[in-house]
Amino acid sequence: MLGRKIAQLGLTLVATALLGGFLSATPVRLAPGFDADETALDPHLSSQSIQALRRDRAEQHNVLTFYIGSLRLALHGDLGTSISLKQPVGTLLHDRIPLTFRVVSLGLLMSWVCVLVLALSTVRVRTPAYDLLATVIAGLLLCVPAAVLALLSVLWNLPGALAIALIIFPRDYRYTRNLLDKAYSLPHIITARAKGISQTRILFWHVVPVVGPQLLALAGVSVSLALGAAIPVEALCGLAGIGQLAWQAALARDLPLLVNITVLVTLVTLLANSSADVIGHAWRGRQA
Amino acid sequence: MSLWRKLACGVLLLVLAVSLAASWIAPGGYARQDRDAAGAPPSRQHWLGTDEIGRDRFARVLYGTRISLLLAPAAALVSTAFAALVGGLAGYLGGVWARGAMAVTDLFLSLPWLFLLITVRAMLPLNVSPTFSVLVTFLLLGLWGWTAAARVLCASASSIRNSDFVRQARASGVRGSRLFWIHVLPNLKPVLHAQFWISIPAFILSEANLGILGLGVSEPLPSWGSLLKELEGLVSVGEEPWKFVPLLLLVLVVTSFQLVLSNRNEVAA
Repeated sequence: MLGRKIAQLGLTLVATALLGGFLSATPVRLAPGFDADETALDPHLSSQSIQALRRDRAEQHNVLTFYIGSLRLALHGDLGTSISLKQPVGTLLHDRIPLTFRVVSLGLLMSWVCVLVLALSTVRVRTPAYDLLATVIAGLLLCVPAAVLALLSVLWNLPGALAIALIIFPRDYRYTRNLLDKAYSLPHIITARAKGISQTRILFWHVVPVVGPQLLALAGVSVSLALGAAIPVEALCGLAGIGQLAWQAALARDLPLLVNITVLVTLVTLLANSSADVIGHAWRGRQA
Repeated sequence: MSLWRKLACGVLLLVLAVSLAASWIAPGGYARQDRDAAGAPPSRQHWLGTDEIGRDRFARVLYGTRISLLLAPAAALVSTAFAALVGGLAGYLGGVWARGAMAVTDLFLSLPWLFLLITVRAMLPLNVSPTFSVLVTFLLLGLWGWTAAARVLCASASSIRNSDFVRQARASGVRGSRLFWIHVLPNLKPVLHAQFWISIPAFILSEANLGILGLGVSEPLPSWGSLLKELEGLVSVGEEPWKFVPLLLLVLVVTSFQLVLSNRNEVAA
């Protein structure tokens, strides 16, 4: 059953990545100036060379042919060359992925620690004032644009990971708090509390098995949120990661670079969501 | 209606009314330059000072508010209409149609929208007119924001399709588009309303994010995003506090929307 689920998710992942790549490749082909090649303006080139360059371009005229050609090259490790930075896209991605990975994972860790601590304490303490305070903080953070949080982190000399954590925190907090609140209201948990079972035991033996799969799914979604937040944070905090690269590529109309970043981020997002799905499925299966 | 919701409604109406009256309140307009007072602090002449090329910041805030407050609902309308068409029809038709439509929706949901949005925004030539850039920015937001709503609408339409009154209508000979337009769609209204209203603050925030990154509305047209871009040049928070007025206004408006929509969120869920 689990093997089938993994195979199904794998197929979905490949299909989505291929379709996502095609959706991203289409704007590259349709972008203004795609047919223009400045090397054809070189006065040293013979008319035969210019004709050969034009033939090469003409082969890429069809979007599907262009996409299949790009895929074939990508399979051989050639992701093309950045128009604005004049460097191989593969090298650029290779240099910048570690920083984004560090910032995003640290941001996710901080955000989830805050979410779990605050949500658990509000559900356990059950003081209206405390609950209101937590809701107001989360609500206010939800109303501030991600880019402004990034700017404020620059002004206050705070790490970029903290800005990512503050962007994700309010989105995850609301759901986590509601999930925990519902779980603590379940009859068997109320009975366990009435019998005087310790809070830690109730949490790990009764609450976590109920909310675990849903929290895992939420964690999967928060990965894509964190990657989205990495664009303004890296761009405005001056962190040389994938987000900053995407922003620079967008400003410079460097579509080949943008397409590769989009496909890469799509794959990471899908992998995170699929992994959360598979683990959640296995968890539920064990419980059943 | 609770006191907080009434207050939030009042704030939204007041901000909308003031922004609509921008032409009377700030007759100089958002683009007129006072070159002798470039980068000036607040004064009697310029209530919120001027920007680095001498444009009145107060006038720009008013006009920017008008653009964001009028175009975010327009984008929400586009996304809700698209979601109703895709999700509503998929749920109504069921079977292969629903599975196909939901597969497409899942595909769009799994694509990182901000990355795609800046890809498509980057496709635009550099010399587009400011008005065109405003329309394209909000249209893109509208066209990208339909997916989550389509899922909800598909589920709602599917439950309506299997309800007794639709079965009865079908048994009475009502078929095809009439069944959809007369019996299914009107019953989706509460969900459509909720989706429309909850999209507005999301689009306002998205435009602000794009604007700060320099990928939103083009100069000289103001928007909350382009006004917030000024914060980039600050060295400390207390340096020029009046530059935070657009941020305070945005937070006030989005918070008011959240308060007004607090019960609509439950309908949407």
